[in-house]
Amino acid sequence: MYCPKQETRKGLLVVLPLSAVLFVFVYGFILWSLKVSFSAWDGILPNMNFIGLENYRRLFSSQRFVTDLFNTLYFTLFFMVVCIVGGFFLSYLLYSRLRAEALFRTIYLFPLSLSFVVTGVLWRWVLSPEVGVNALFHMLGFKASFGWFTSTQSFGKFNYALISLIIAASWQYLGYTMAMFLAGLRGIPDQIIESAELDGAGEFRIIRSILLPMLKPITFSAMIVLGHISLKIFDLAYAMTGKGPAFVTDFPGLFMFETTFRGNHYAEGAAISIIMLLLIALVIIPYLYSTFRGEET
Amino acid sequence: MTKKPYLFVLALCFVLPALLFAGGNQESENSGKSLEIFSWWTAGGEAEGLQAMLDVFHEKYPDIEIINATVAGGAGTNAKAVLATRMQGGNPPDAFQVHAGHELIDTWVVSGYMEPVTFILKENGWMDKFPKDVIDIISYKGEVYSIPVNVHRSNVMWYNPKLFKDNGLEPPKNMDEFFTVAEKLKAAGVTPLALGDTNGWPATHLLESVILASTGPEKYRQLWERKVSWSDPDVQEALENYAKMMNYTNSDHAALTNMDAAGYVAEGKAAMNVMGDWVAGYYKSQDYTQGVDWDWMPTPGTQGNFIMLSDSFGLAKNAPNRENVIKWLEVCASKEGQDAFNPIKGSIPSRIDGDRSKYDAYLNAAMDDFASNEIVPSVAHGAAVSEAWITKINDIMSVFTTDLDVKKATIEFQAVADRYAPK
Repeated sequence: MYCPKQETRKGLLVVLPLSAVLFVFVYGFILWSLKVSFSAWDGILPNMNFIGLENYRRLFSSQRFVTDLFNTLYFTLFFMVVCIVGGFFLSYLLYSRLRAEALFRTIYLFPLSLSFVVTGVLWRWVLSPEVGVNALFHMLGFKASFGWFTSTQSFGKFNYALISLIIAASWQYLGYTMAMFLAGLRGIPDQIIESAELDGAGEFRIIRSILLPMLKPITFSAMIVLGHISLKIFDLAYAMTGKGPAFVTDFPGLFMFETTFRGNHYAEGAAISIIMLLLIALVIIPYLYSTFRGEET
Repeated sequence: MTKKPYLFVLALCFVLPALLFAGGNQESENSGKSLEIFSWWTAGGEAEGLQAMLDVFHEKYPDIEIINATVAGGAGTNAKAVLATRMQGGNPPDAFQVHAGHELIDTWVVSGYMEPVTFILKENGWMDKFPKDVIDIISYKGEVYSIPVNVHRSNVMWYNPKLFKDNGLEPPKNMDEFFTVAEKLKAAGVTPLALGDTNGWPATHLLESVILASTGPEKYRQLWERKVSWSDPDVQEALENYAKMMNYTNSDHAALTNMDAAGYVAEGKAAMNVMGDWVAGYYKSQDYTQGVDWDWMPTPGTQGNFIMLSDSFGLAKNAPNRENVIKWLEVCASKEGQDAFNPIKGSIPSRIDGDRSKYDAYLNAAMDDFASNEIVPSVAHGAAVSEAWITKINDIMSVFTTDLDVKKATIEFQAVADRYAPK
């Protein structure tokens, strides 16, 4: 592309102020957090004495943080699986069967317009063990004693209480992934499907051999979007459950907020932030890499 | 023409921050005439009580403009985060709300952000108007660092008189009686003890009463000064008792707030609840009648003791309007100011000479006990321990309340005590 020098200079001038702000307030502060996380700062007064990985060592030996990491892992996993499988199923129904597509699309997309805080409060009521769905089951004559988000039982490292959060989060993002898949399905040329039908391919064969492979980029994008939401989840858990009994619904974000701003354990908070940053980087960097490669070719 | 949009954007980038700073300058020009009061009293009786005290101040000093800076949410957590930023950035509010005791001292006094206020009490001849135990709690190295405006009691057991009568039982006066009564209530299908620990701290709130019941006031104080170990037999007995008590709580305790749990008692869904005496104000606001729907007594085994917590205001170094803060603190410490604030907030004055006729029956009884009992500081509410320590204690409680493993909890309690107790 032809680009006169003067234009380039003007362009630079325009992006400069924002870049400067970004460099100081985002990248500068990330480096600052990194420095704090290696320090002995535990209280209101800054104490920048270098203590190496001591904060990290302490974190990984604390029950709360280890539980948080497993919670993040399982929450992310199930949230993504439910949203992607459910989202594809719904979008396929809309694509191939239902007539009132606009209506259903709106219904499923609507929860997305709420904030996680609203969703959290709402599902807290629905799943509250004494007054929520359990009470409904009782009225219908069933015995329901599942504690939902107060349950302290677990299977291996998977706390059953997380199920409640997975339901709430999936409820909100199912419609979103559905819309993504729907857009993808609309982009698949009809001719391919028609010719497959002429060759005698059944519905499942078409899904398996045509639709799913062609939706791969969409699935990938959906995983990135859902993944970074669930890795830094804070608002939903904060509004819905808090850290829960024995941290069954605790996440690194909650821990970071409490330990830094309630307990003034600044170095510990910084260490948690850095670990969260690394977790998200694990998801985002491959994504950026693949996007840039896509743009170049 | 083509150049203009860029210039406009650039200009905006420089002008906006300038405008922001201009705003800041304007504020400081006002100094001398204003007073900024920083608190997290945003709801119900708290906000009204604060307003009543502000009215007293306004009547005395009509020329001073009051800036009521409240930060809502998170039981003060959000306010504390804002406060920390302002203090560290060298922009302290004139007067700020803080729990009296170690929450103030370990966070702000030791780090050198506060000015002593002993002179306010001395000049007005008020040193002997406050109980000695209270002066001890708000002092550091012989100087008083904050003016407590109210006192709440932590070790109160709220109970449902009807449930006790129906089952032919008396409210328990010590731990042995508690377990006997709890067993009978449970057998009769009544939840003996309501707990609502979704926010974490109510579990610690219950524990402090249980510890005091086993150790008595002297050892209780020493435990938080790290002069008594957590493996001390009395402390161990308390932890065992706490673990045993969890067998008698409502199964949905992790989903309830402390107020929900207090509500269970008045509604007859549970027989007893241990919570601070703001519950009396809550019952009153819900039109529950004392003696019919609810009644109270000190938590089992803590008769003659008063676990206190208190909100207070201090004097930050470099406060923009120092003279006005001193005037405000004088109002906070005065009989008039306290009697305006406390009947509405639902707490008792920290002074011993409050006007009894302004307080209801429960508060009058609390004032009697405050005057005659041994006063010890609350742990859950920042009087006995620092925030650094209490956040770790709350974390341990979250697990202990679930797994009831006394041995593990003891080790962890001792470890955080070693790390965070004042040296």
